[in-house]
Amino acid sequence: MNVPVLPVLAFRAQMEDISTGSDSDYSRCWIAWFLSSKGNEYFCEVDEDFILDRFNLTGLNNEVANYAQALDLITDNLDDDIQDELRGSLDVQARLLYGLIHARWIVTARGLAKMIEKYKRADFGRCPRVLCQQQALLPVGLTDIPYEKSVKLYCGRCEDLYSPKSSRHGSIDGAYFGTTFPHLLFLVYPSLIPPKSGPADHGSTNASGRDTADRNRRRVRDEPEVPPAEGVGDSISTASVALKVERYRPRIYGFQLNETAKLQRWQEATRDRQVSRLEELERRGAI
Amino acid sequence: MSSRQPVVPDSSQAELEDDDAVSPNVEGDEFMEEPEEQEEGYSSSTTSSLTWISWFCSLPGHEYFCEVTEDFIEDDFNLTGLNTMVPFWKEAMEMVLDVEPDDDSARVPDVSIIESSAEMLYGLVHQRYILTRAGLQAMVEKYENGVFGSCPRVYCLGCNVVPCGRSDMPGLDTVKLFCPNCNDIYVPPSSRFQGVDGAFFGTTFPHLFFQTYRELAPAPFWKAPSPGSNALSRSASGSNNNPRASPFVNPNPHGGQKRAAGYVYVPRIYGFKVSERAKNGPRMQWLRLRPESPSQLDQVDWRGRWIDEDDGYDDDDEDDDDGDRKMEDFDPDAADDDDDDEEEEEEDEVDHAPGPSAPLHNQRKVPDATLPLQPTSARTSPTSSVAPRTPREVDQTTPALYTNSPSPQSIAGGKIRAVRQWTPRTDVWAGAAQV
Repeated sequence: MNVPVLPVLAFRAQMEDISTGSDSDYSRCWIAWFLSSKGNEYFCEVDEDFILDRFNLTGLNNEVANYAQALDLITDNLDDDIQDELRGSLDVQARLLYGLIHARWIVTARGLAKMIEKYKRADFGRCPRVLCQQQALLPVGLTDIPYEKSVKLYCGRCEDLYSPKSSRHGSIDGAYFGTTFPHLLFLVYPSLIPPKSGPADHGSTNASGRDTADRNRRRVRDEPEVPPAEGVGDSISTASVALKVERYRPRIYGFQLNETAKLQRWQEATRDRQVSRLEELERRGAI
Repeated sequence: MSSRQPVVPDSSQAELEDDDAVSPNVEGDEFMEEPEEQEEGYSSSTTSSLTWISWFCSLPGHEYFCEVTEDFIEDDFNLTGLNTMVPFWKEAMEMVLDVEPDDDSARVPDVSIIESSAEMLYGLVHQRYILTRAGLQAMVEKYENGVFGSCPRVYCLGCNVVPCGRSDMPGLDTVKLFCPNCNDIYVPPSSRFQGVDGAFFGTTFPHLFFQTYRELAPAPFWKAPSPGSNALSRSASGSNNNPRASPFVNPNPHGGQKRAAGYVYVPRIYGFKVSERAKNGPRMQWLRLRPESPSQLDQVDWRGRWIDEDDGYDDDDEDDDDGDRKMEDFDPDAADDDDDDEEEEEEDEVDHAPGPSAPLHNQRKVPDATLPLQPTSARTSPTSSVAPRTPREVDQTTPALYTNSPSPQSIAGGKIRAVRQWTPRTDVWAGAAQV
């Protein structure tokens, strides 16, 4: 651990033991320091004017102790002569506050756009399900109330939730991302809904030249990434996408297992029922 | 491993089969990705207190392997066909079994070639061994100790997984993990398993494992514990009964006997469920869904169509429903069929017995005469894990049953043939049914 420039940081580094380095850049800006700390890779940067607009923070003063000072710390306006005991708890409160602001920020147009960049870089990891073919994930909370559930990862392909691989990420509060975020993202950007079969659409397996080429190609297609994006996906139909899903079929010496096969038939019949329902709706123009 | 002390990793020493030259194994993940290279420095020796097998199984990344007994490897019958797949067969055998080679001059100069042959040999024997009674027992111990890890899917609630291959031929894909709760396969979380061939576990093992230890296999149906848990699962709707009495029983004795973790994720935006009418609405919940009762499984026939329902799936009735309500239950008619539950459950027992062959039965037509099928008794052996048969016994009976099905030739043989037709047909059907 390098010796930080400011006493604040010295204490913080000592407290958290996760500061990745404290060159003058980070020491000046709490948010930059926070984002660069190990384990905080899921967070994106909240624009300062979003934080400074008190309207966006409505109600957070009830959630966060020492709200005013925590806010000052985040916005780098904290007085240097705060007592050390306070600083320790203040850092915890500042993280909480930043997390809760973050949850609100990422469902705004600009926040979504920032998270899409991270999504395309697969900053949130990739789906562990083999047949999802390395689909990039999105963070999601199971509740919007802090201190209840840790963050989970949502796969847009299998539409299921997974636990982060690393315990560093597994201990992040899910409320810092909220229950809404990934679903709002795909609602606003239907063109980003991953295909149900074939290789991952973007951010493909290795971040080599193919990846960037892929991304550039996509960039052309869904250029209006920054809002407004409503209407981009009007031509997309997702009524019958589920039929393309690959699924794993357990077999013993090549034969399917009775009970599992039965369950899978039931599941597929359920799927077919939904598909024909949706197709009928689509035919009648109700979707 | 711990008993061995890493010494200077001198390559010349390694080639002289110094059994202490194991230092690279402390290197961790990165090394596992190049197993050939890594193993260059290793060798086996009879002077070691550790056998080659236990040493191999203790390498980082080899945690999923169990130790194959030497008498299993020594029995030529168990190795049938493997000698064509493993180069330097004799030398590899000597290495695996810690036999001192008879003639040093005949040896291949590069020990690393033998090392990879030995690994291949051991892996392929391992694939066979873990299908035997003894092998299954060794694996269940590891399973219960959580050696294979747990399912990354949140609503599987940490269900333990087992290693699994996607192919029985080596060199095609790395090892995956099978979760019995969601019946799906996952990439192991650590990169150190990316050097382990999936064929060393095989495609059959996880399923034979859960057929053998049914108390570890989650049942295919699930009922939400209380209506209050609605928020987490749409299957919760309409369940006002108490949860099943504490000792969980699956009426199908051949099915999973463990209470399943059945929650299915419901996406919400600002607390509201995302309607399936939305383009980003839920399309995949069926993949994880379980019926509330086992009898509902029988409402789908062997071709995957709903019984007692026309092909239109009641479109018109449901169209006017509000989307959210449908999310609660894809199958609003499900409750209607309760009257024939009992007979269907009885038939289940008949039906489930012959495992793989059953899909071709139309449940209502199974003649009792088909009951004592050879495959049943031969394959699954008693539910209890008490009296393990010797590896060889199992090994002989197991493959026989699907290939020849000797005695009830007329019945079972016919069935099996039909099954073969069935298997691909599922997929065909899945494609056809969408029309």
